[in-house]
Amino acid sequence: MSRSDREERHGERRLPRRQLALRYVLLLAVLALTVGPFLWQLSTSLKGPGEDIYRYPPSLVPHHPTLANYAGVARIVPVWDFALNSLKVATANVLTNCAGAASAGYALARLRFAGRRSALVVFLMAMLVPVESIMIAQFLTMRELRLNDTLLGVVLPGCIGAMNVLLMRNAFAALPYEIEEAAFVDGANAWQRFVRIALPSVRGTLAVVAIFAFMGAWDDFLWPLIVLSDQSKFTLTIGLNFLHGTFADDQRLVAAGTVIAVLPLIVLFACLQRYFFRGVGEGAVKG
Amino acid sequence: MSVRRPARRTRTRTRTRTQLPSTPWLFLAPGLLISAAFGLYPFLSTVAHSFTDARTLTGGRYVGGANYRELIHDAMFWTGLRNSLLYVLGVVPLLVILPLLLALLVRRHIPGIAFFRAAFYTPVVASVVVVGLIWVWLLDDRGLINALLERLGFGRVGFLGDPWLLLLSAMAVTVWKGLGYYMIIYLAALAGVPRELHEACAVDGAGAVRRFVTVTVPAVRPTMALVGALASVNAFKVFSEAYLMAGPTGGPGGEDTTLVMLVRQVGTGLSGRVGYASALSVVVFVLTLGLMLLVLRASRREDGA
Repeated sequence: MSRSDREERHGERRLPRRQLALRYVLLLAVLALTVGPFLWQLSTSLKGPGEDIYRYPPSLVPHHPTLANYAGVARIVPVWDFALNSLKVATANVLTNCAGAASAGYALARLRFAGRRSALVVFLMAMLVPVESIMIAQFLTMRELRLNDTLLGVVLPGCIGAMNVLLMRNAFAALPYEIEEAAFVDGANAWQRFVRIALPSVRGTLAVVAIFAFMGAWDDFLWPLIVLSDQSKFTLTIGLNFLHGTFADDQRLVAAGTVIAVLPLIVLFACLQRYFFRGVGEGAVKG
Repeated sequence: MSVRRPARRTRTRTRTRTQLPSTPWLFLAPGLLISAAFGLYPFLSTVAHSFTDARTLTGGRYVGGANYRELIHDAMFWTGLRNSLLYVLGVVPLLVILPLLLALLVRRHIPGIAFFRAAFYTPVVASVVVVGLIWVWLLDDRGLINALLERLGFGRVGFLGDPWLLLLSAMAVTVWKGLGYYMIIYLAALAGVPRELHEACAVDGAGAVRRFVTVTVPAVRPTMALVGALASVNAFKVFSEAYLMAGPTGGPGGEDTTLVMLVRQVGTGLSGRVGYASALSVVVFVLTLGLMLLVLRASRREDGA
């Protein structure tokens, strides 16, 4: 936690007992509302065919928990191949976004050159155009490039988000100039200063860009739906929609599929949430 | 001062020696290329296509404003526009207010609060497809929510059968999924509100509600405007929730079609009407931008008052 956070914690007067209890009651209620549906889905996915999933009162805990539905869903659709496709797309998106957005952001914030303003305007404009209003043209562009129905075609349009470039630019702009001054005097060139000095100082923002890039690619639905048609190239989201359309009858299988899609992301987020919340706070303060 | 000046001169000299004029452009090239190729170029080509009768596999001729004229007489366009606008009206007020209350709830550093913050963010992390499928299951005729409603004596409700209820259900899912996202934005804004204001107000004997209205709301008003603008733009462009809950064609008779669903439906596939879908896309773009400016302007006027 940042220093201001800690100061705030010390400055806080302690809550009276009753208020504190009320707060926890409210927190638990919201917890039930936000996380409850996921638990219900998990529970459904673990219930065997012998268990009535429609019974009342509903039971959250399966009587004879089984992993059969996970094997079942994999027999019907190649869900692990879908997951691998999603992983490839998401990993590529993280790498390209971190590298591309950081280097462009560095140039915009730290290098002086004619045309800097125009470059900034290009990114601002790219950010303002909603993806939804250019997807048909993007689809045609991909077709011209013969990249339709490929994972590369899924990755390319979002591989260096204009929003991320601007985020990185703000992070670099907030660094004090003294940080690079010594390297300057020693004759380090722009690339050396970028990689060795500036980049390590904006790790927080870089982590936020990485998390958003991974989540964005892993969760994206509309663009893969448009660009992919061959089932062997499907990402998890498209595959799940397909599963839902075909086998809506067995809710246990659909539930197993959704758990496969969401669990890795929840685990990843749980591991990184500390950096994430800190990074978001950092960005907000530096604005 | 006299010590600094020589140092500064050295710096300018170093720069001219180490930085080639092309260096910044090498840093920028990948980002600029991608933004131009997959952002600006498709935008210009969308505008150009909107004046042609192009299809997926054929180039198309210039037809002037024919696509736009057809749009005005297309009942599906008006249904889509109505649903997209209803979505904004239904979703935005809730997404401006509820996440603020949530942020106030998780703001205090009480034991375990980090867990609650992260847990409340879970719906944001999950894919909209996962979220859609979870809620389709919860709202099913034989699902959990109907079982509870029946138990409480309300009887079953066909959430997914009736076009209006389906639209409302999709809105509820959007709000549910968005809460955590906007909560984080508010949390960052609340960190900037000086505590002294609250304390002074408390000393004067103001209760929690009073302090919320006189201190918190004015302090986070710019953030509320930002959240309002973001939420309106996202609500207007809604696709996935409606698509997953109502199906690709927007339910029976397309009653639950939104504008973006229409763009996808009309413009893709082998016989996709690229020209017409492009005209629809231009309308989506203009209305999105207009909506954003409207919300930002309205909130600024309130600010001045």
